[in-house]
Amino acid sequence: MMTTPIRWKDLGTPKRVSEKLVTLEVDGIPVSVPEGTSVMRAAAEAGISVPKLCATDSLEPFGSCRLCLVEIEGRKGYPASCTTPVAEGMVVHTQTAQLAKLRRGVMELYISDHPLDCLTCPANGNCELQDMAGVVGLREVRYGYDGANHLKQEKDVSNPYFAFDPSKCIVCSRCVRACEEVQGTFALTIDGRGFASMVSPGQKETFMDSECVSCGACVQACPTATLMEKSVIEKGQAEHAVITTCAYCGVGCTFKAEMQGAEVVRMTPNKDGRSNEGHSCVKGRFAFGYATHPDRIKAPMIRARITDPWKQVSWEEAIAHTAAEFKRIQAAHGRGSLGGITSSRCTNEETYLVQKLVRAAFGNNNVDTCARVCHSPTGFGLKTTLGESAGTQEFASVAHADVIVVIGANPTDAHPVFGSRMKRRLREGARLIVIDPRTIDLVRSPHVKADFHLKLRPGTNVAVINALAHVIVTEGLAHEAFVAERCEAPAFAKWKAFIGEARNSPEALESETGVPARLVREAARLYATGGNGAIYYGLGVTEHSQGSTMVMGIANLAMLTGNVGREGVGVNPLRGQNNVQGACDMGSFPHELPGYRHVSDAATRRLFEGAWGVTLEPEPGLRIPNMLDAALDGSFKGIYIQGEDIAQSDPDTQHVTAALEAMECVVVQDIFLNETAKYAHVLLPGSTFLEKDGTFTNAERRISPVRQVMPPVAGKQDWEITAMLAGALGYPMAYRHPSEIMDEIARLTPTFHGVSYDKLDRLGSIQWPCNEQHPEGTPTMHVDGFVRGKGRFVITEYVPTEERTSRKYPLILTTGRILSQYNVGAQTRRTANSLWHDEDRLEIHPSDAELRGVRTGDWVGVRSRAGETVLRALVSERMQPGVVYTTFHFPESGANVITTDNSDWATNCPEYKVTAVQVEPVTQPSEWQKRFQSFTREQLDLLEKRGETSTA
Amino acid sequence: MEIERLVRMANDIAHFWQAEPDHEDAVAGISGHLVRFWDPRMRREIAAHAAGGGHGLEPLALEAVRRLPVQASAA
Repeated sequence: MMTTPIRWKDLGTPKRVSEKLVTLEVDGIPVSVPEGTSVMRAAAEAGISVPKLCATDSLEPFGSCRLCLVEIEGRKGYPASCTTPVAEGMVVHTQTAQLAKLRRGVMELYISDHPLDCLTCPANGNCELQDMAGVVGLREVRYGYDGANHLKQEKDVSNPYFAFDPSKCIVCSRCVRACEEVQGTFALTIDGRGFASMVSPGQKETFMDSECVSCGACVQACPTATLMEKSVIEKGQAEHAVITTCAYCGVGCTFKAEMQGAEVVRMTPNKDGRSNEGHSCVKGRFAFGYATHPDRIKAPMIRARITDPWKQVSWEEAIAHTAAEFKRIQAAHGRGSLGGITSSRCTNEETYLVQKLVRAAFGNNNVDTCARVCHSPTGFGLKTTLGESAGTQEFASVAHADVIVVIGANPTDAHPVFGSRMKRRLREGARLIVIDPRTIDLVRSPHVKADFHLKLRPGTNVAVINALAHVIVTEGLAHEAFVAERCEAPAFAKWKAFIGEARNSPEALESETGVPARLVREAARLYATGGNGAIYYGLGVTEHSQGSTMVMGIANLAMLTGNVGREGVGVNPLRGQNNVQGACDMGSFPHELPGYRHVSDAATRRLFEGAWGVTLEPEPGLRIPNMLDAALDGSFKGIYIQGEDIAQSDPDTQHVTAALEAMECVVVQDIFLNETAKYAHVLLPGSTFLEKDGTFTNAERRISPVRQVMPPVAGKQDWEITAMLAGALGYPMAYRHPSEIMDEIARLTPTFHGVSYDKLDRLGSIQWPCNEQHPEGTPTMHVDGFVRGKGRFVITEYVPTEERTSRKYPLILTTGRILSQYNVGAQTRRTANSLWHDEDRLEIHPSDAELRGVRTGDWVGVRSRAGETVLRALVSERMQPGVVYTTFHFPESGANVITTDNSDWATNCPEYKVTAVQVEPVTQPSEWQKRFQSFTREQLDLLEKRGETSTA
Repeated sequence: MEIERLVRMANDIAHFWQAEPDHEDAVAGISGHLVRFWDPRMRREIAAHAAGGGHGLEPLALEAVRRLPVQASAA
């Protein structure tokens, strides 16, 4: 096991970047540091620790604790080393008799108002105040302990994950500053003055009642036990730590899993993690308890019919049964009657093995992944225009952006750690354009205000992107030189003629989009002329009938303005799942082998055929929706689903469950009995990210190591299960460790040629392409030329969706996520995160609510052409009239009972974001919900009875 | 598979290509998309539907489907 020190080295103040180096002398040691560096950090880099309490290298210096005083020759007094920048030739002394006296005096004051309970304090052994008392040689407190103090202050234990004990607070403001500088929420303040000063969430509220988003930045910053994880209070400090990668969103934060044996004590964000740089969100930092939840499936189970109780069996029996069923099905219905779904929550190595199993052992290309329902249009659109199915930048690039465009994404909820990074840049003065039907938090939040919010009607993205491009072209704002040098001339000429047509003007499209033409024109001018323009987009772009068209429209816009190929610009898809980029890279689509190479390419097929020892199909296989359709027509009979819950996450739930019921062998490999598993015949218990080795690839193409910290609860890592199944099907996979799978991927995939576990251990993470040309990876793509050679402009005709409002369905429903819950909620619903969000609600504009007599908290029926469900209403001005919104984290909500089977023309990505609905007050659940509740009860009962009955 | 669904999917692809000024490019684009992304059984079914008149297929989609290369039967 690769362990890491539990405590970080803290250099006191943030790193400064400057080409100019300044040389000084600290305690006789010469040191050279970039201009702007503090004396404290320079000393630390020379190996000298200056005592400190209010300083930490994740926050700007504050100079309040007066412990870090130093003497500087030629200067009067005792300046604080944290706030004093270095100067050439400076001679600093950090240890003198006078400094020691001053520091002891400061510590005496602190300790005179601090509970002396070190032995029973949860921070014992990991407390900076305790350390400093030792460092300054505190031996007495002349003031005594009976004076005015804060020792009787009441604890705030309202947050489920951490406690706030003000009696231990030294008012260093690190928590307040972390909330401002790192997280950007501004939920904390110092209330009162002088001796009455104290940290306060909001306006003297509890943490749970305040605007706190529970990111944990304050807990991380606290030097004492004032803000402390409840898990540490309960269990004590960790004895070892391992760096691993979060299994929630596509930001891919790395964490230090702090352990006691095989038990996680806490997760602390990795300061050296390139994607998160020491920050975290409420999910990654705190919501890991699902891994040890009693609902975990701990043994394989099989049954003949979904109405039978489960029979708990050995791994050998489960795998033999599955293989026998799959062989029987193929013998009876043909090779194409089976398929598989890879999981974007599993590792690269595990998804690679599932697609290999399908192609090599099933003998077909019927493999797909959940990117089908989220970012498949990104893969198609960016490959077509730029030449590679991935975002162009690294997250750190946003620090160089001058104009940030956020389209159909809600980073502060869905990609919160990146959202904080973005807000930091916005506070520094970057301009912001938001294109979204809802007033997301970024439109207006503390110290952030969008310059333009193009509050468009759902389904009109392409009209808006065309109108923006129209303005840039017709007003002569295009970067003609970039286009001439870097893009295909004939395609550009054709596109330019198209986009210049008057029908693409903001004025012509205003009635369609609902966005005032003036705003579109001004936003276009800002993006084209405001310096580095960076576009960030999410599922509000892709999950439309024109999802792929919109992605290409975004790429057109970036190329048109020369905003590709350097830091601070680019086209940046914010990927949903932790490893959705990786799952796509690994060949999870039915038409592509690993590395986005089409199955019809004979040379690529020959390469894989040579390595895998089989003949590969040259034709694309079925996508998930095609598999479901084929199941209903009787030609698709069996499926192997790795960590995916299509019965909850895919559109038109009743269509999905009917297809599952039509199959003869549904095999689900998951950590819980998810909604899909309720329709399964075989349930293979998978493992969480804490139980396995492997890699995840985040939205910035960054491959990061996942390291096992505890044994799999059911005994197998997911890659081992797939390998066992392959073996039982007559196709042995003889890997001893996931590193050997990565070695195979690297051998066969040009963009991964340089990737290995050894290199990942050495560098921490790698952004692909990583090969002979880019041995340490590629932060920015398309620098000197596009991957496809010349960039290709594509005509993006606006085609209105067929999903239209009518008298019967007068509102448009759109869907999304919330900060505390994650996708289908299988993980977060089994944690205390549900305290923030315990049900999905229907957000509705006050005018639409009033028209229907609906108030917040009322039950409302939401009916579409596909189905009906019942939710509680939340009346909100974030919505625009005519548009309603819900999240989809709870299966009983049935959000996808309402969504339709409309999909993106190119990829079949479902149109989740546009469903015509009617909303009416109701008094009871929908018919679907009643059936769902009854079916769920039956299935839980069958799970309870496992092992009691044979399936024979 | 349900032919109405395949017809709708083919028409959706044709809608994207309708703005292409070069008719030949549009037909080749649709046909090429079907070859690159549709499973052969789907292509066989839509081709058979087109051969039978192609009810519901819009003209551009119909023309492209009729251009599809002839395939061998299912595995």
